[in-house]
Amino acid sequence: MKIANREQSAVELVREALAKAHEYQDEYHVFNWINDDAIRKAEEIDQRIAQGEEVGKLAGVPYALKDNFLSPEGESTASALILEGFNSPVTATAVKKLEAEGAIMIGRTNLDAFAHGSSTENSYYGPTKNSKDVERVAGGSSGGSAVAVALGIVPFALGTDTGGSIRQPASFNGVYGLKPTYGAISRYGVVAMASSTDCIGFFTHEAEDLDLLMGVVAGQDKNDQTTLPDFYRESTAKTVKKVGIIKDFDNEAVNSEIREALKRKIGTLKAQGYEIIELEMPALKYALAAYYIIVPAEVSSNLSRHDGVRYGYRSADASSLGELYENTRNEGFMPENKRRIMIGNFVLSSGFYDAYYLKAAKARTLIINEYAKAFEKCDVILTPVAPNPAFKLGEKINDPVAMYLEDVMSVPLNLAGVPGLTVPAGKTKSGLDLGLQLVGPRRSDRTLVEFAKVLEEVK
Amino acid sequence: MEVNQETIQHLAKLSNFALTDGETTRLVSDIKEIVGYISQLDELNTDGVEPTYQVFEMENVWRPDEILPQEADREQLLALTKETLNYQIKVPKVL
Repeated sequence: MKIANREQSAVELVREALAKAHEYQDEYHVFNWINDDAIRKAEEIDQRIAQGEEVGKLAGVPYALKDNFLSPEGESTASALILEGFNSPVTATAVKKLEAEGAIMIGRTNLDAFAHGSSTENSYYGPTKNSKDVERVAGGSSGGSAVAVALGIVPFALGTDTGGSIRQPASFNGVYGLKPTYGAISRYGVVAMASSTDCIGFFTHEAEDLDLLMGVVAGQDKNDQTTLPDFYRESTAKTVKKVGIIKDFDNEAVNSEIREALKRKIGTLKAQGYEIIELEMPALKYALAAYYIIVPAEVSSNLSRHDGVRYGYRSADASSLGELYENTRNEGFMPENKRRIMIGNFVLSSGFYDAYYLKAAKARTLIINEYAKAFEKCDVILTPVAPNPAFKLGEKINDPVAMYLEDVMSVPLNLAGVPGLTVPAGKTKSGLDLGLQLVGPRRSDRTLVEFAKVLEEVK
Repeated sequence: MEVNQETIQHLAKLSNFALTDGETTRLVSDIKEIVGYISQLDELNTDGVEPTYQVFEMENVWRPDEILPQEADREQLLALTKETLNYQIKVPKVL
């Protein structure tokens, strides 16, 4: 395995990662917190190796953790003021599984507060910068995790993907990013955003490492009743012969260099003997509108628990319980959090429920059916991840709909629960990273990882 | 659908936000724009289509009704709050 090949001691690996984390922090703002104590864990691992003890598959491998995963190491802030000072006594299942194999968390990475956003600019702690151009966004919401891997600080990082939050920053920074099948990985101990679409996944340099990480982290968890019975380890990769492309995504709203990158990849695949299937998926056009109804509806419910009473930030200015709730929430949430909570309450309120929420739930069925039909004709689908490469900091932050439109090609997967994998696809003329997205049917995660390896070789 | 100051004030109440006047004004235009965008779903024909609320393929995952050990005890949980009194969470007056 490339990320755990034991050419160096755990202490050397962790020391190197921490040094890089500190070196890049001022310029890129990758981390909300750097775990300098990680070195102690590395010393323990090295001692165990010296004593001939069995150590795990990831022994001594440093990793970065998106700051919406709970663990007692550092505050779990979700980049929101309202979780300031939250030292969780609980550890997320994904973190437990990684640490049981000896992986060592070296820092908590920045995100859009509560994972609401596509640029990491909605963080209370300020934006993370793109790994290739510090005047541009990292992508989001898992921007810090993507940049931590892209800058070579860590060989892998954990992220969450509710509508593209792993795949889009992966493509903006030239790394691999996997959003597994819905239910593949336990979400216990992760700050909830939208429970019907939230997924946990990874950023890596190599496609092969995704296989190792899925093997460690995927599987059923009694603490998360939405985890599927283990399928990843038992599944075999299907040999891909037919690659689907979506005609509607080849339009002027998509940046020309991204469309060219897709055409080049399709050309290479054709030359290698793959059959290219053109797909018509007209309902996907409505996926973004459905997503920005369903997800805010779930957000408004999931975020109602943050009230300043039991944990996190509490407004100092309150003379009654009602004021405590209202002032804490108004001071503690970012503007985008408020927009989403209010849209959620709007689409769920009486008089509007049928026109918005119910309508979106029906659109979701049509989208699921379109994927099912598409996968009767092809093995995987290859599409752009986002309509643009990394955009300028501040360019879209004051225009919520322009920011939402960045998610137009990533959200349909979350609504359908199917897996997606960002693969690097070269650079723009000005040197920005480009990525493409592989999509497969549910439980085809291994097929996507194996096919990403094939794409790595044919590039 | 008309989105105005009143709509925003109503939604702020449902959401438990003490918005400032500046925020309210800004949210009128933001929410108006977002509602305008999501309203394009009207164009989609969904006659006779069943809604999907979740994509998890299982139903009724049962477990035995027994108390399992928890990761955090009472002291740890109370340590997370700002003010306690006699092992209780203290808040401003309710009425």
